[in-house]
Amino acid sequence: MDSSNLFLLMLALGAVAFYIGRGRSLAVATPLGGIRHLHSLPNYYGLNALLWCALPSLIILVLWLIFDEPVINGIVMGSLPADLAPLTTADYNLLLNKISNLADGIMSSKGQPASLIAVADSMAGLRVISQWVLTALCLILATIGLYWGWYKIAPDFRARQSVEKVMENLLLGCACLAIFTTVGIVFSVLFESIQFFRSVPFFDFVFGLDWSPQTAIREDQVGSSGSFGAVPLFVGTLLISAVAMFVAVPIGLMSAIYLAEYSGKTVRTYAKPALEVLAGVPTVVYGFFAALTVAPFLRDLGADFGLTISSESALAAGLVMGVMIIPFISSLADDVITAVPQSMRDGSLAMGATHSETVRRVVIPAALPGIVAGVMLAISRAIGETMIVVMAAGLAAKLTANPLESVTTVTVQIVTLLTGDQEFDSPKTLAAFALGLMLFTVTLLLNIFALHIVKKYREQYE
Amino acid sequence: MSNSMDNLQKIKNSLKRRSRSETRFRLYGRVAIAIGLAAVLALFVDIVSKGHGAFKATYIQVDVHYDADLLGITSLADESQLMQANWDALTKSALRNKFSEVSGRRDKRQLYKLLSNGTGFDLKEHLVVNPLLLGETESKWLLADDDIDTYYKSWLDGEPYDARLSKKQVEWIDQLHQQGHIRLQLNTNLLTRGDSREPEQAGIYGAVMGSLLTLMLTLMLSFPIGVAAAIYLEEFASKNRFTDFIEVNINNLAAVPSIIFGLLGLAVFINFFHVPRSVPIVGGLVLTLMTLPTIIITSRAAIKSVPPSIREAALGMGASRYQVVLHHVLPLALPGMLTGAIIGMAQALGETAPLLIIGLLHLLRIFLRFLPILLPCCPYKFSYWPIAQREPLLKRHQLPLWYCCHSC
Repeated sequence: MDSSNLFLLMLALGAVAFYIGRGRSLAVATPLGGIRHLHSLPNYYGLNALLWCALPSLIILVLWLIFDEPVINGIVMGSLPADLAPLTTADYNLLLNKISNLADGIMSSKGQPASLIAVADSMAGLRVISQWVLTALCLILATIGLYWGWYKIAPDFRARQSVEKVMENLLLGCACLAIFTTVGIVFSVLFESIQFFRSVPFFDFVFGLDWSPQTAIREDQVGSSGSFGAVPLFVGTLLISAVAMFVAVPIGLMSAIYLAEYSGKTVRTYAKPALEVLAGVPTVVYGFFAALTVAPFLRDLGADFGLTISSESALAAGLVMGVMIIPFISSLADDVITAVPQSMRDGSLAMGATHSETVRRVVIPAALPGIVAGVMLAISRAIGETMIVVMAAGLAAKLTANPLESVTTVTVQIVTLLTGDQEFDSPKTLAAFALGLMLFTVTLLLNIFALHIVKKYREQYE
Repeated sequence: MSNSMDNLQKIKNSLKRRSRSETRFRLYGRVAIAIGLAAVLALFVDIVSKGHGAFKATYIQVDVHYDADLLGITSLADESQLMQANWDALTKSALRNKFSEVSGRRDKRQLYKLLSNGTGFDLKEHLVVNPLLLGETESKWLLADDDIDTYYKSWLDGEPYDARLSKKQVEWIDQLHQQGHIRLQLNTNLLTRGDSREPEQAGIYGAVMGSLLTLMLTLMLSFPIGVAAAIYLEEFASKNRFTDFIEVNINNLAAVPSIIFGLLGLAVFINFFHVPRSVPIVGGLVLTLMTLPTIIITSRAAIKSVPPSIREAALGMGASRYQVVLHHVLPLALPGMLTGAIIGMAQALGETAPLLIIGLLHLLRIFLRFLPILLPCCPYKFSYWPIAQREPLLKRHQLPLWYCCHSC
């Protein structure tokens, strides 16, 4: 049976189990004088039967779906006759694809060697067997579960506790998904990176000054040195982030100060949400804005003053990224500034300081850790921002600190290396994962540090 | 005594300076807010001014003669004949009739370029619905080519962009305009068609459907899981190292760049589990993982804001902890949780980077019309068009952008 049909069947069986369980609990209770003689409400008996019936078979179903393909592939590729046995991993994958397509009937078997067709037939056979074994296993498990759930129903059976135990585990599983995601990210990036560092030494990658990831397919190919020095990418990323911070920090901070300390209620109610609109705009829209409005405008402006500004300049991408980050900084700074106790302001004002002196000498120093943390979170966001730079920054890796030139960033390179057809074992593809590892590590450190500061600071005034 | 008088004098002297600096500081704040608001305004004005053109397309009026001989068909009922019929011949002959003075192969080829490549198929559909038209002549407004569209719109705006047209084509358009046979009409393709290589035929229907499918999947997965995790952490978890570790993980995931989630999706779902690329389920799974922290954090805040008296009253009535949560806390916290879900979905709808990596873009370029492409990928795709064409083309195609913006 088809897996999705099987899934629906299991759900239907679960529903049946619920009604049977509930009905039996009522039947057991009636001779005793009503459901008040049951330990739990009838619905809990039903739910308990449902869980016994559906849960084990669903778990088996999911595990089976995950592991049946690798196992079948392993068996099939292990049984290959000697004349077909592949030599390299690339060949292996190619052959596997071919056999799988033959088995699915996507590819015509015309003109294929008879031994290959036999292997494909055996694969198709294995798939059918696997599906039938799965169906049988699920049905048997569901029946046993149903019987067990039904058998256990008795007036003093603690059905509610039993159901709640399962529920608690389900909730815990959902909460643990965050851990699994982090582990998944670390492992997926780490394994591919280790593979990458086998072909390109780690220090060449981190300290190399030349980035041109096109690896030569033929020996005599021009312009395909395949060098993986990531320094120009880091410099480009830092350059654009620095421009963004030059825009976002003063504007974000000053608007937060003004909104928190000076503005009247009306200005605050309208200006704050209006600024926060900037945070809700998808980054791809900013990318468009940067590439098609800001960059040509800057280029023409530069031409008027006799400056050559590249149409993919770091300045344009940085400016727009800065605009994107303004609400981020202003709302974080607003939070910490309003958290500073009023008594500190009152003390300063009572000593004769002006409002701005109070803000500069008392409020800001008190809020500084929180502001620093906010800026660090903003930097980590700027470093990881992708769409703006993909659309507005360049592709060529240039080692320069001049914001008027075009630079490329880590995220741009990840996207360009990974979009399109690629094989998983070429250094070109793996380089993207190594860059991802760098990006993840840097942003993780920034985040942990910033969150640590925020937490410490919050406790100070609460 | 004289010392304190000196000090007083000093303070008095400095008052002017201090009040000036106070005004300056206030001004900085005003300027900062003004710049921020100006950026909002500039962004929206830019998008709307560039995107509104997409609602209109240029149409040209020609007399179409549905000639069975020209088409090479005998009956409209025969599907195979319809498939093989020369539908382009209809538009070509219509154009030749309109500009009967045009001769020479090169000129004729340029003449045919006035109308979009797909108009033949439009005529086919029209004829199948109205079979009585066969052999008749009908005056019809047909979709113009994108270059013509760009030129005509820019000409109407007073700054003609004719870099991609020949002199003859410009003359023909002038002629059509004088006769009143060229005009802007509502662009119906935009909302009803999918992606296309011909800009004038392209629409956002496929993209919208793809986005909706992915978004539904994301919502179905991330909302229940996020709420469950929030309930566990707020109501049941004991304060220990493990719970702290989960919390640290959630907070960090909320700040991990989205492109990293793309790498995760590529390595785990595509490379390890061999899920085919470009199916909405991979996008949905990646976006689920990405939006989960947001939903968990907002849901926890919502649960926290439920007053403890409610819980105590329910517990006092003999409810179990699960009954307290399911019957009392959850209904009260639901509005806050839904806010979180909406924020998460808006984030997911506008997210592009991880989807580019897991290939929701490139395979779709092959199966153009058959599979949905994600809406946020639309503007990115348009950036693939040649740079020389970009700016004028955008007059038509920033609409998806505008749409993205408004949805959030």
